[in-house]
Amino acid sequence: MSILLDLLSWVLLLAGGGIAIVAGYGVVRLPDVYTRMHAASMLDSLGALCVFLGLALQTGMTLMTLKLGIAYSFLLLTTAVAAHILGKSAIKSGLEPLSGPMVGSVARPNVGQEADAG
Amino acid sequence: MTNLIDIVLLLFLCAVAVAAVRMRNLFGIAMLFGIFSLLSASVFVVLDAADVAMTEAAVGAGVSTILMLSTLAATGSRARPRSKRWKLPLFVVVVTGCALVYATLDMPRFGDPLAPIQVHPIAERFIRVSPDEMGIPNMVTPLLASYRGFDTLGETGVVFTAGIGVLALIGRRRRRDGSLVEADRGPDLATERHPIVRVTSKLLIPAILIYACYIQAHGDFGPGGGFQAGVVFASGLMLYMLLYGVDAVERVCSPKVLEKLIALGLLLYGSVGLVDMMQGGAFLDYRTLSHDPKHGLHYGILLVELGVGVTVTAVVSTIIFTFAGYLRRGPVAPEA
Repeated sequence: MSILLDLLSWVLLLAGGGIAIVAGYGVVRLPDVYTRMHAASMLDSLGALCVFLGLALQTGMTLMTLKLGIAYSFLLLTTAVAAHILGKSAIKSGLEPLSGPMVGSVARPNVGQEADAG
Repeated sequence: MTNLIDIVLLLFLCAVAVAAVRMRNLFGIAMLFGIFSLLSASVFVVLDAADVAMTEAAVGAGVSTILMLSTLAATGSRARPRSKRWKLPLFVVVVTGCALVYATLDMPRFGDPLAPIQVHPIAERFIRVSPDEMGIPNMVTPLLASYRGFDTLGETGVVFTAGIGVLALIGRRRRRDGSLVEADRGPDLATERHPIVRVTSKLLIPAILIYACYIQAHGDFGPGGGFQAGVVFASGLMLYMLLYGVDAVERVCSPKVLEKLIALGLLLYGSVGLVDMMQGGAFLDYRTLSHDPKHGLHYGILLVELGVGVTVTAVVSTIIFTFAGYLRRGPVAPEA
């Protein structure tokens, strides 16, 4: 049983590491800010989840697992918000996605505001 | 394996440093400095120095990044073009670098068991005797607050002086009769409402503040203490200021109170020492505080750490709020 748990935990940890590598590659290779953010935020949520689960299988039902869980929930909360605010400021500073300008989104009025403020 | 992690982290540090030197956009450089601090904090964690890592993460990546960004908001975010004279600066930098590298040759190897710090009798004494003598599991705390209480008093004094200095340079001006000079108020920093970030911050800020209190109170048992608690608490307040503006945060903790807290923490530290002397001991010899010397030590360390925490919180938040208030009054100080 413990071998099975170890195995599962290693698979999860390696998956987390693999996602980190793919995400790093994506940040370097993808063409614009928005797609790069997509790669980076995949690491924040999914990669961190894999690492957390892998470590939790190692620590078992202890206080340490609870601490890991708290750390992960903080990460989940903050990285999602960070990605949101990053995307928002990218739109505000006038970066258009490669797929073309955003239609009917908050992008237009915000760009105008930015010009006023500047 | 640990060596591998060290090497990778140090390589990252080098890469970030080179990138910061080569970049011309000051905004990006401020971000790179934040990354640099976070990497240093990771190095400290690998070296098992969790106390230092906490401070580095909160001050380096949090507070000082915000200070740099607010300075950029006042000055503009492009570096001036390179100056033509580069030979002399290059010469100075190369000579200094060579001297530093030469000096490291005299330093003990990393992790050398025969390094002076490992074989000196005082290290032996601290490690062997302090757990019994103090009854405190975290060896760093009694070292910092009791054995080297004078050093820590001096450090708190330095923090105090920094706070006073910032207040004197760009703090609010007063008239002769003591009333505040109200300058023309520009727009608040938090002009834009970020609903999603605000809602999340309402979840996070209480947790950050409670965590700071935990670090403060738990310093005897785990990594932490006054300095760490102070900077973490101040970064919680900073987050509030960034999202809700200077006015809102000054309603929560007014500058007047903060000013007094700066002095109060240091005063508490010094008074503990004076009480020790009145009880017949030496300055900062906490054993005289209670009938049982060990209890006296615990009371003394707790009080001293509290003093450090109060001063550090007040100084760091005062510096941030003063910078933000200065920005709002306009880049050039209007009052003479």
